[in-house]
Amino acid sequence: MTTATVSPADASRSLKSRILGAPSAGPLLVLIGFCLIFALSNPRFLATHNLSIILQQTVVIGVLAIGQTLVILTAGIDLAVGAICVLGTIVAGKLVNLGYDPVLSMGFAILLCTAAGLAAGGLVSGLRLPPFIVTLGILGILTAALRLISAGGAFPVRDPFLAWTGNTMKLGGFVLTYGVLIMFALYAVVWYLLNQTKWGRHVYAIGNNTEAARLVGIPVRRHLLSVYLLAGLIYGIAAWLALGRIPNADPNAMQSANLDSITAVVIGGTSLFGGRGGLIGTLIGALIVGVLRNGLTLAGIDPLWQDLVTGILVIIAVALDQMSRRKN
Amino acid sequence: MSAETTPHIVLEARNVVKTYGHVTALDGVDFELRAGEILAVVGDNGAGKSTLIKALTGALHPTSGEILLDGVPIHFKGPLDARHAGIETVYQDLAVAPALDIASNLFLGRELRAPGLLGSLFRRLDKKKMREEARRAMNELKFRLPAIDNPVESLSGGQRQGVAVARAALFARKLVIMDEPTAALGVRETGQVLELIRSIRDRGLAVVLISHNMPNVFDIADRIHIMRLGRRAAVVSPKTHTMNDVVAIMTGAATA
Repeated sequence: MTTATVSPADASRSLKSRILGAPSAGPLLVLIGFCLIFALSNPRFLATHNLSIILQQTVVIGVLAIGQTLVILTAGIDLAVGAICVLGTIVAGKLVNLGYDPVLSMGFAILLCTAAGLAAGGLVSGLRLPPFIVTLGILGILTAALRLISAGGAFPVRDPFLAWTGNTMKLGGFVLTYGVLIMFALYAVVWYLLNQTKWGRHVYAIGNNTEAARLVGIPVRRHLLSVYLLAGLIYGIAAWLALGRIPNADPNAMQSANLDSITAVVIGGTSLFGGRGGLIGTLIGALIVGVLRNGLTLAGIDPLWQDLVTGILVIIAVALDQMSRRKN
Repeated sequence: MSAETTPHIVLEARNVVKTYGHVTALDGVDFELRAGEILAVVGDNGAGKSTLIKALTGALHPTSGEILLDGVPIHFKGPLDARHAGIETVYQDLAVAPALDIASNLFLGRELRAPGLLGSLFRRLDKKKMREEARRAMNELKFRLPAIDNPVESLSGGQRQGVAVARAALFARKLVIMDEPTAALGVRETGQVLELIRSIRDRGLAVVLISHNMPNVFDIADRIHIMRLGRRAAVVSPKTHTMNDVVAIMTGAATA
């Protein structure tokens, strides 16, 4: 019975089935759909000027969603994304306003964000606490602490280095900020890590079946620690990008960062159950969130409705994921 | 048993004792695995099967006694040591990552890196080579599988376990231990996995098969090691003994 074996021609799947079968095909269609709706309802939507603004508006959420993707791929969730990023903006802003060197200040702020990620990872992997509770706790602690040290209010941060990522350059009539370029670069680097290295393989394996990962000899706890550490580093970089967008450090900012980053990841096709999905989907998901917020704003709809729509979107995306899992 | 020259002994345990407080799990058990054979380990619940296997793979440390691999005494600190020594283990609960493809699962934890700077500096995986090797291994084991870059979750339970078994076969240098590898499988799928275990033996590896399933054991085992009360009650051949004989020895109703 066991004579026929692996087909040698399995690499030659048709181009069509490859494109349609790609996990990011669905999200891409959703993105195109939203763009069409907004373009038809408002001609200003497709103006190069507006498209460039959408990209700029997507930068912070887009970068936060990279870290969120890594954590969700390990079957975790990160509710401290926004709080860790705000930690970065406040610390960098405070230090610069106190007269410290801006490069060192930003560097130190990013280091602190990385340490916050490391702390989350340590609690998750070392004490085996649920990521949901650990990051919720960190969210509470950081939010309170940041309000205390900034005496409750926002303060302006005026420094050319901290604002540098908001500087623009022209690419054939299209205006890009350095922040947008940094976002794409981060996507490229982390995509490579996830898809082309052992480290990334093991992230998927742990999210898929932690027990199997342990049995084949993957150091699961150390690996989880590295995931949260990298996520923290990425949130720190997002803080720099946030200061380039708005030169203001606000302890009450990024209230919707959890919702937006999780939505970006889940709409992008990454499963909340871990082990499935990837960064290309997340980039598309972040663009969907950006397009949605921009399009609704252009249509003159109150920002509160944007959260409402995003909320509905994330629930639909998770429901679809559930259903497809049940089918399997 | 034929009167050939004594075959090479791959793995051996001599008078191994394991106690937990007042409880004696292994009471001076002996064990002997020969090169190129399938040795089934059977016994009632609590007879010491899993404790014995754990002692052999370094998952626990015996209280006393000796374990020898190729005649050399060994002291594994953990299962990883056993693996480095060339002993692979397959578990009953399908230890695979379902969303990863077959090749990725085969090489999970032992991925190959690309040659040159790409691999050493940029840590790039050699996916092509892993796919080729995986395909070659599956062909060699004559295990029928769909395309090698299909996710494992698209496979049947038997094929999934086949991937786990093939992984062990691919990396084991000395022997493969299978702990109830077919317990979670249906009849037809069990057949596929048994076939695979045979072809592993035919490639010259020794196999230890722990199983409750007597018909399976009699189907493929070369010898049967019977555990009773933490000791080896007997080693019999399926050619000279019946299932009833084995059950009788297991339960203490008879001696070998």
